[in-house]
Amino acid sequence: MKISEIKELLKAEVVCGEESLDREVGSACGSDMMSDVLAYVKDQAVLLTGLVNPQVVRTAEMMDMVCIVFVRSKCPTEEMIELATEHGMVLLKTQKRMYEACGKLYANGLGGNGERK
Amino acid sequence: MTDAVRLHFLVDGEDFTSAGQASVQVKKNLRQLGIAPEIIRKVSIAMYEGEINMVIHAGGGEADVLIYEDRIEIELVDRGPGIANIDLAMQEGFSTAPDNIRSLGFGAGMGLPNMKRYTDSMHIESALGEGTRILMTVRL
Ligand SMILES: Nc1ncnc2c1ncn2[C@@H]1O[C@H](COP(=O)(O)OP(=O)(O)OP(=O)(O)O)[C@@H](O)[C@H]1O
Ligand SMILES: [Mg+2]
Repeated sequence: MKISEIKELLKAEVVCGEESLDREVGSACGSDMMSDVLAYVKDQAVLLTGLVNPQVVRTAEMMDMVCIVFVRSKCPTEEMIELATEHGMVLLKTQKRMYEACGKLYANGLGGNGERK
Repeated sequence: MTDAVRLHFLVDGEDFTSAGQASVQVKKNLRQLGIAPEIIRKVSIAMYEGEINMVIHAGGGEADVLIYEDRIEIELVDRGPGIANIDLAMQEGFSTAPDNIRSLGFGAGMGLPNMKRYTDSMHIESALGEGTRILMTVRL
C-alpha cells in the first residue's frame, strides 16, 4: 500500500514528508508503548500511535520505519517534526482512534506481519 | 590488529526528550561506514535501549562504540544506583520504572532482554550505589 492510500483511508493530514507519499509500505503496527515496538516489531514500516514525544520518532528511526500515524488528533511537536524530516519520515495525523485506524488499514490489506525476531 | 573506529558520547541524564541522540548518531556513522543494514539495526536497537536505560534509571552516563574489522562493541557506563539483581532485571516484564516513564512509552521491562536478543554477547557488571557497565558485541 502506498502512504498516500493510508492518508486517504484515515482521512489523515500530512504533517511532514509530503514528497514521500508515493512510498510503498508492506505492514504496520499500532502501539503506545515504545518498549513493545522495540521488542516486537520486525519489518513493519508504519507505526500508529497516540503517544507524542521525540522518542516516538527516534524509536521509529531505530526500527527503520518510514511513516508514523498519530491517532486521536494528537499533534507532533516542532522537535518531532524536525527529527522526522531529518530522517525522511512521513508524519500523518488522523482524528480516528487507534482501534478504528488500525482496523481500516488492516481491512484494506495492510497486514501486521508481527512475528518476533 | 588494525585500529578500531571509536565513537564516544556523553548521555545527558537530565533530559528525557534528548535521550537516544547518541544512538541516532551511531546509526548515521555506521551507514557512512557502509555497514550492512541488518547489523546497523541490531546495534542501533541495542544501543538505544541501553541509552534510554541510562537516562531513566541511572541519571545518564557515557557510551562508547568501537568498530573493529570483525565486530562492533558497545560499552555503556553509568554511575547510577546499580542493578540489585541482574537475573531478575533480565527477565521480560521486570521493571522498576515509575508511572511517569510508562506514560512516555517506556518501562515495560523489555529493554535488557531485547539488548541480549539483538547482540551476539552481552555482559553486565553492576554494583549497588556505584553504577553499571554493560558491554555488548555484535559480530560483523
Ligand atoms: N543502567 C541501569 N541502572 C540501574 N538500573 C537499571 C539500568 N538498566 C536497567 N536497570 C534496571 O533493570 C530493569 C529492567 O530494565 P529493562 O530495560 O529491561 O526494562 P525497563 O527499562 O524498566 O523498561 P523498557 O526497557 O521496556 O522501557 C529496570 O526497570 C531497572 O530497574
Ligand atoms: Mg529499558
